[in-house]
Amino acid sequence: MEDLIQVVDWSRLQFALTAIVHWLFVPLTIGISLIIAVMETIYYRTKSEKWLKTVKFWMVLFAINFAIGVATGIILEFEFGTNWSNYSWFVGDIFGAPLAIEGLLAFFMEATFFAVMFFGWKKVSPAFHLASTWLVAIGVSLSALWILIANAWMQYPVGMEFDPAQMRNVMSDFMAVATSPVAINKFFHAVTSGWVLASVFVIGVSCIIAAKGKNLQMAKDSVKVAGWIGLIGMIFTMWTGDGSAVEVARVQPMKLAAMEGLYRGEVGQELIGIGIVDEKERDVKYKIAIHKGLSILANHDADSFVPGIDDLIDGIALTPQGDTINTTSYAQRIEIGKAAQQALRDYEAARKAGDQAALSDAISRIKANYQYFGYGYFNSPEEAVPPVALTFYAFHIMVMAGGYLLLFLIVALFIVYKKPVWFDTRLARWIGILSIPVVWICSEAGWIVAEVGRQPWTIQDILPVQAAVSSVTAQSVQITFWLFAVVFAALIAAEISIMVNEVKKGSNKDIIA
Amino acid sequence: MDTLGIKARKVVDFYVDGFKNMTIGKKLWAIIAIKVAILFLVFKLFFFPDILKENYDNDDDRARAVATELTSR
Ligand code: HEM
Repeated sequence: MEDLIQVVDWSRLQFALTAIVHWLFVPLTIGISLIIAVMETIYYRTKSEKWLKTVKFWMVLFAINFAIGVATGIILEFEFGTNWSNYSWFVGDIFGAPLAIEGLLAFFMEATFFAVMFFGWKKVSPAFHLASTWLVAIGVSLSALWILIANAWMQYPVGMEFDPAQMRNVMSDFMAVATSPVAINKFFHAVTSGWVLASVFVIGVSCIIAAKGKNLQMAKDSVKVAGWIGLIGMIFTMWTGDGSAVEVARVQPMKLAAMEGLYRGEVGQELIGIGIVDEKERDVKYKIAIHKGLSILANHDADSFVPGIDDLIDGIALTPQGDTINTTSYAQRIEIGKAAQQALRDYEAARKAGDQAALSDAISRIKANYQYFGYGYFNSPEEAVPPVALTFYAFHIMVMAGGYLLLFLIVALFIVYKKPVWFDTRLARWIGILSIPVVWICSEAGWIVAEVGRQPWTIQDILPVQAAVSSVTAQSVQITFWLFAVVFAALIAAEISIMVNEVKKGSNKDIIA
Repeated sequence: MDTLGIKARKVVDFYVDGFKNMTIGKKLWAIIAIKVAILFLVFKLFFFPDILKENYDNDDDRARAVATELTSR
């Protein structure tokens, strides 16, 4: 038991490390490829050399980020097979053919159009080159599609049926999986937040390359393009973020309660802007809150009830009129989960004995109780509560940083269009540069909300982490954790040093001269 | 009209020329090569076996193994 907890903790830590490092590169790739495509479109229409040089400058940074980030995601798949073998068997089709097809398609698209993008300037027509650049931009976003659909399925498992004979989930409704509202919100939130991230990066780097008085025009041109893409991206990010919150309220109310540190909910629930979570006292202290804000955000209804952690455990929901409705309490879910697991044991025994009657009885009991299968692994309802403080702070960091970045993008556009002389001030430059880490923290915080907030589930309500991990030793996971830590540190160091080098080179010369 | 052979030659030349004329690209390709080698030849080979594939011969055995795991925790 002791070792199981250790295996779970180390496997989670390793997965978190890999996912966080992988996500350092992904949103920049998604966003900067779009920014470059827009810049090249301007070059195509104006035929101006300065835009060609500008495009080529950003393409180098894109290439650095892509080269260092590529294949960091594969490690997550290694971890599935070794540390999470029960999980990866059990999820079945979701990681099967669609992911493989997407991988192949992305590979061929990238191999072809990347090559044209980088090698083809003098060899293909400008229109073909431009089309290739756009196809790269579209391709990198599309290659995030299925993995985000798979992630959404784990948060909200629809369109699949559990088959005890195969011990895995079999896809019964492709469209339900692919167009689940959780998946759609997640895909657009992730992709458009990538536009925001890359825009802030381009603006920040523009501040650096203009610092020595050279490249002022190029920097301002870049800020204009990035500013607009960032602003449009931010509007979509906020819109889909709101959509995500509505979905979380509907399908993962426990995550929503953790995001807000809400233990007992109310009709017309407030939305906390800032505060300090006290997990012992089950409260948020020193808070500043918006009246009825959470009810509006989560349900788009100011007088709706938002259940807190204890309400959910007790199985209490309220109507807008204040009437209590009893849903399935966590204690009952545990009972149901244990019944489902007993049915699965009976199923295995009946299989061995070849007892058809017992087999079909077991199957029908599995079906009847499967909805709460995973709760059977718990001994008390508290085990189904995610880490509240971490989820709360991650959510508030994302939203606050999002608010700041919205303002930042508006001000950046205002400066380059209306007050270009301000761009030449040290203050403006430093704000631009220091906003680069803010947007990365914001984006990573988003994933912490999504993933920590759904603990302990690998598949919501069905498979908690302690059942999902393999029978391996904690030691073996620790070893690979540290090996990864070393490799990742080297990759991040390489990314930063090569980029800084290129940017420095850029700031020392007149790039478009 | 180019024959198929000439077309293929053009495509190959396109990549060869491209690689030859790279500057920072060479460094990046080296990083990619080292990284992929470490990932697949060290990590995948020595540290990340696919447990179910390695320990069982067929899907039914794998399914039963997972069933045992999931009903005994
Ligand atoms: C300001 C308003 C925002 C709101 C209301 C919002 C809301 C949310 C919610 C509810 C989730 C969790 C979704 C889930 O668990 O399935 C989420 C995740 C995420 N957020 Fe935000 N967000 C906002 C801004 C941002 C910004 C500005 C960024 C980055 C620039 C960002 C990046 C992310 C990322 C990367 C994820 C993880 C992927 C996902 O689950 O969609 N968010 N956001």
